[in-house]
Amino acid sequence: METMRERFVSTTQSLLGRDPRLAVVLADISADVFAAARRQYPHRVINVGIREQLMISVAAGLALEGLRPVVHSYTPFLIERPYEQLKLGLCHQDVGAVLVSIGASYDWAAGGRTHQAPEDVALLDALPGWTVHVPGHPDEVEPLLRDALPGRDRVYLRLSLQTNAAPRPIVPGRFDVVRRGRRGTIIAVGPMLDGVLSAVAEQDLTVLYAATIRPFDAKTLLATLSEPTLVLVEPYLEGTSAHAVTAALTHLPHRLLSVGVGRAELRRYGTAQEHEAAHGLDVRGLRERITSFLRP
Amino acid sequence: MPTPTPSLPYGELGRLLSRMTGAEKHAPSATSTLDVLWVLYDQVLRVSPATLGDPDRDRFVLSKGHGPMAYYAVLAAKGFLPLQELGRFGAYDSLLGHHPDRVLVPGVEVGSGSLGHGLPIAVGMALGLRIQGRTRPRVAVLLGDAEMDEGSNHEAIAVAGRMGLDALTAIVIDNQSASLGWPGGLANRFASEGWHAETVNGRDHAALARALNSPREGRPQAVIATVEPKG
Repeated sequence: METMRERFVSTTQSLLGRDPRLAVVLADISADVFAAARRQYPHRVINVGIREQLMISVAAGLALEGLRPVVHSYTPFLIERPYEQLKLGLCHQDVGAVLVSIGASYDWAAGGRTHQAPEDVALLDALPGWTVHVPGHPDEVEPLLRDALPGRDRVYLRLSLQTNAAPRPIVPGRFDVVRRGRRGTIIAVGPMLDGVLSAVAEQDLTVLYAATIRPFDAKTLLATLSEPTLVLVEPYLEGTSAHAVTAALTHLPHRLLSVGVGRAELRRYGTAQEHEAAHGLDVRGLRERITSFLRP
Repeated sequence: MPTPTPSLPYGELGRLLSRMTGAEKHAPSATSTLDVLWVLYDQVLRVSPATLGDPDRDRFVLSKGHGPMAYYAVLAAKGFLPLQELGRFGAYDSLLGHHPDRVLVPGVEVGSGSLGHGLPIAVGMALGLRIQGRTRPRVAVLLGDAEMDEGSNHEAIAVAGRMGLDALTAIVIDNQSASLGWPGGLANRFASEGWHAETVNGRDHAALARALNSPREGRPQAVIATVEPKG
């Protein structure tokens, strides 16, 4: 199966031919897979070398000139290293870009801490005006990208090698109602859906699937809420969206369990699956935490 | 929209600065950037309040966003800003903060203040012009020699040189305030990356205008404008 990254590259390449506003900005990561696009559109596929601060500032300058920049790198180099450039180059100038990351929280677990950035969504969440998409399947990448490219706003697409077995229907910005139940609601973000469905198979819970987590779809959450008992399962820093749930339920006494990647640095290598288990994000870990939370 | 203001002469800048600083005898020479800003807006840049929306106007990026009084004074003298706004410098609902904001100030292309952002953004602007086949506009960026310490500027210098961004001009006010200095002078730093670089007296209007209006020949241009050392 095509990976999310491959789908991103092929979709972007085909759209470069249709939209003269599009420009891709790279800092060596994935320069090889964009080589054909670069030959075809030499001015609009820009590789600045290993210069991530410049990569974001260049995107800001392009946006100021009316172009639609697509900026791509590994998660820590796209979000963490050039954080002030995101804040000042894009947000403060009031211009947009489409950021597309690969690597997610620990896709390359053996790569160690330098290539892990489970804090990415929380960091962007501290800045105003970002839409954050977390697709759970390669087939979801294309509709999210096609939705993001024509605009002028700030969009983050977080791609991962961790995926669900099948895609869900995508309405950008809306939670997808996978299942309805009477004992509460669980929100599964992106690649967490399959694990969540297995973990709560016997629980009478509403399951909402979020391929878009910002803006937070409070409307669907409130419209489908049975009991004010909530579980939030995110494939990045634990609790990242807890404030959004709290804001949606301000007027309602509620209980919330946040599940995600732990805050302590996990000094282990191995595989993404081993890291998932270590953070309690595998089916067994999810089942244990959710079951004990639901038990009155 | 700013109130239309007739273009004021250089001699009026001191009076405009005093509206912001409250110092009655504010001499233009007290501000390191003032002469360069004046020459840019008076003799170099093809931009006016009437052409701000024209995609073929020249762009100016004040990277050295700290201490923007000279910038505001020149913008006001050239009619981008209502003169009365100068007296509200720094007030809660003023357009004019202690660092400029492009969203608020007419004529400001990039909001700045944090060091090391202007030149990298200007590289993106020059690339954006190139993508759209606009060969007429230029993007001029004003920096300070201490600001050149920021590594982000060196990412921009290298890439602008390799990509031959001849729409780009960097003007560095050198008042020798970089903590560790630039051995051999700042012009060498640019020249070694393929820029056309020269050093001129930052108080000499004729020399500045000549340097800034010289042909660029397929390369980005750096003008190091030396002024009296920061006291």
